[in-house]
Amino acid sequence: MSAPLLSIEGVSVELPTPRGLLRAVDRVDLTLEAGRTLGVVGESGCGKTMLSRAILQLLPKRAKLDGRVMFGGRDLAGLSREALRRLRGPELAVVFQDPMTSLNPVLTIGTQIVETLQVHLGMSGIAATKRGAELLAAVGIPAPEQRLRQYPSQLSGGMRQRVAIAIALSCEPKLLIADEPTTALDVTVQAQILDLLAREQQRRHMAMILITHDLGVVAGRTDEVAVMYAGRVVERAPTPRLFAHMRMPYTEALLAAIPRLDSAPHTPLPAIGGRPPDPTRPLPGCSFAPRCRYVEDDCRAAKPPLADPERAGSLYACWHPR
Amino acid sequence: MSALLSLENLTVEYAVGGRSLFAVSDVSLHVDRGETLGLVGESGCGKSTLGRAVLQLRRPTGGKVVFDGTELTGLGAEKMRLMRRRLQLIFQDPIASLNPRRRIGDIIAEPLIIVGVTDKAERDRRVREVMTAVGLDPDVAMGRLPHEFSGGQCQRICIARALILEPELVICDEPVSALDVSIRAQILNLLEEMKRRYGLTLLFIAHDLAVVKAVSDRIAVMYLGKLCEIAPTERLFAQPAHPYTALLLDAIPVPDPTVRPATNLAVGEPPSPLDPPSGCRFRTRCPRADRQCAAEVPPLREVAAGQFAACHHPLTGPA
Amino acid sequence: MAAPRGGRRPGAVLACALVWLALIGCAAIFANLLPLPSPTEMDLLGKRALPDAQHWLGNDQLGRDMLSRLIHGARISLSVGLLAPVIGVTVGGALGMLAGYFRGPLETLTVGGVDVLLAFPPLVFALAVTTYLGQSVLNLILVIGILGIPAFTRVARAVTLSLTEREFVVAARALGATHSRILLREILPNVALPLTAFFLLGVAVTIVVEGALSFLGLGVPPPAPSWGSMIGEGRESLDLAPWLAFLPAVVMFMTVLAFNVVGDSLRALTDPRPGAL
Repeated sequence: MSAPLLSIEGVSVELPTPRGLLRAVDRVDLTLEAGRTLGVVGESGCGKTMLSRAILQLLPKRAKLDGRVMFGGRDLAGLSREALRRLRGPELAVVFQDPMTSLNPVLTIGTQIVETLQVHLGMSGIAATKRGAELLAAVGIPAPEQRLRQYPSQLSGGMRQRVAIAIALSCEPKLLIADEPTTALDVTVQAQILDLLAREQQRRHMAMILITHDLGVVAGRTDEVAVMYAGRVVERAPTPRLFAHMRMPYTEALLAAIPRLDSAPHTPLPAIGGRPPDPTRPLPGCSFAPRCRYVEDDCRAAKPPLADPERAGSLYACWHPR
Repeated sequence: MSALLSLENLTVEYAVGGRSLFAVSDVSLHVDRGETLGLVGESGCGKSTLGRAVLQLRRPTGGKVVFDGTELTGLGAEKMRLMRRRLQLIFQDPIASLNPRRRIGDIIAEPLIIVGVTDKAERDRRVREVMTAVGLDPDVAMGRLPHEFSGGQCQRICIARALILEPELVICDEPVSALDVSIRAQILNLLEEMKRRYGLTLLFIAHDLAVVKAVSDRIAVMYLGKLCEIAPTERLFAQPAHPYTALLLDAIPVPDPTVRPATNLAVGEPPSPLDPPSGCRFRTRCPRADRQCAAEVPPLREVAAGQFAACHHPLTGPA
Repeated sequence: MAAPRGGRRPGAVLACALVWLALIGCAAIFANLLPLPSPTEMDLLGKRALPDAQHWLGNDQLGRDMLSRLIHGARISLSVGLLAPVIGVTVGGALGMLAGYFRGPLETLTVGGVDVLLAFPPLVFALAVTTYLGQSVLNLILVIGILGIPAFTRVARAVTLSLTEREFVVAARALGATHSRILLREILPNVALPLTAFFLLGVAVTIVVEGALSFLGLGVPPPAPSWGSMIGEGRESLDLAPWLAFLPAVVMFMTVLAFNVVGDSLRALTDPRPGAL
């Protein structure tokens, strides 16, 4: 078996805040092989975005990163800014939630794509413009030549996200990180964008990390899912296995809390009581214990490790799995 | 059952750069007393504008809003102000809808002060009662400022403020869209409980069909300012009549990996509301569109008992 | 105002500024009770005298006690500096809030009026007032106060405009609150802090403007001392006794700086949330 494309080893991210040190990511291990898709699911504040920033080495200045982010055999944390700059684009690319803020509003779409191609692939202006139009066509933008001359504000939200994807794909990255790529979009457009990402991922044999709060989004479109809660990965399994047999009560409760299309109107939802713990005040035991319906005394005493005691390919951090 | 709220040919126009944008165009519907009507559509379809037009926060440019036999559209400012205690509104962003500089106890008591409850002890009693009802501890929460609370708790505060005057109709404008999944379920359950306890009628506006299904008796679907379909909830999900409703249903991601996501859904995105297509507004994205759809605006017709659709070629015929 | 939350800002600078302002303020208020020589009594033999036990900071070019003139000058400079922006903040703040809340013709009228006031040359205005109404501290406050209205109007209007669209104001409307209640209970508390911060900057600017006008002879009538007129008079003997101009300049500089520091700290506190999280 070949070495994984990305391997995250014991990564923690700490941020100083007025209320104390905030541990946004807490000793996370993850691996991802080339051409595979990993879904990272969690609610706001669970650390999923900080984890993606840690992989991209785009953490806020005050943040402190521990652990190793191995990408293609190199530790990204040890690379110079110049080496990182050369890596972003041809190797690592990202699509953010809000395409309005990730695109520069005063430059045309064309300028933004062409610049990326010229800088990273050393293409000439004419070749880059031609390639830019091809890329826009590939992500499903009609009349690409005309679009190149337009500004981001002249496009709809879905079209802007397509442009952001085209820019991310322009240098044929080995890993694409999509951070809530459809959260700002309408339902009918969300499906189109997810389809586009899946199609391009397969066609290019690109690895992808799909970060989302929506279990529905990862269900049909990932190979493996990692569920995060309070900075930790609390369950990780191949997607079909995860949905077939959820071990961690949090994952189970999260799925149950989603209104289902096949249940009758006015069916009460099994809500998760309470709210996530204060990240500046870590608990000694399982972070989910205060909200867990199966909680026992030992849950509050010690943190369960993320492990696979049955050797069935399903990792979970729970003393009393389902 | 009688209609508590009815809209007749409601139209709301905005002036945008010299042109008029029909945010809501000729919409007629009614909400029965005690019912929850879900209103769904994508961004820019006019669903929020409709909600605000009902409350006369945005004055309609045409048509009528009739609430419990009174035409709100013709009401003078002072009469409308007095009417407001019977209609309430809950917003999408719970944090933004609370004044950051006022204490929770004052925010929830504000409606009582506005209607002239001068007895401080009486106000205090009612604030505590409604706070307990929405699951907040009055002793802990009353003296605090909004930023000390999470989004879910702020939404509870907003619900308490909306309910303290015991209104008859509550318009919920995307009340759970800004909340996390686990908190969303708490708030949806709370709204259902409050509806029973206070005998409310709800107009529940959202973009997420699954969320709307969980609480609604009937659902209305809007597209580019027009009503596409209105039907009892179960019927709408089992047999949608309008192709747009069907598209919305297919687009919902299902949290089950054995269900393959539908691919090649109707192409394109909603056109600009400044320049809507002629005839049926959905025709540019509709697989069933033909020449008639471009020429004639389809009227809302009953396709089955209680199910109305504005489509020349509905997916289900009259039973 | 309380100290900044959780050490978000180094408090030492702010503390120094507050101590300085308190010192100057107390000196100005209690100037008559302090054992000081008269600020207007001339000692023609002790012109430009160096500091001694009786005159701690020496005498000016007419033999008047410098310390006494500085402290009595603080009285005038601070009262002009504080009262003129009060006119600006009350008139301008109210106009701006009304214009931003009600929009429509009222807004057009206010914005138009403010633009006219801004376009009017301030020196010509000051000259006209002193010529027709005479030179007095009150007229000086009036002139600077009126000239400050446009800036306060603009700040208040801008803040109100963004607040009026916020959900909590719409919520108050939906509850049936009257306009006056919305303006006073929902909008005013949120406009007050940015306006206060701007007010403190206004104080700093006004002290400088008062100095400039007095320097030009349009300010406080002599022999009453103000920092600006002291700098103006000291200018004549810059070569012989430069401290006569520098002392009031330093005191004015420190005071303006202190008001700016306090204003800035207040603006940093404008946001009630303790940092984004």
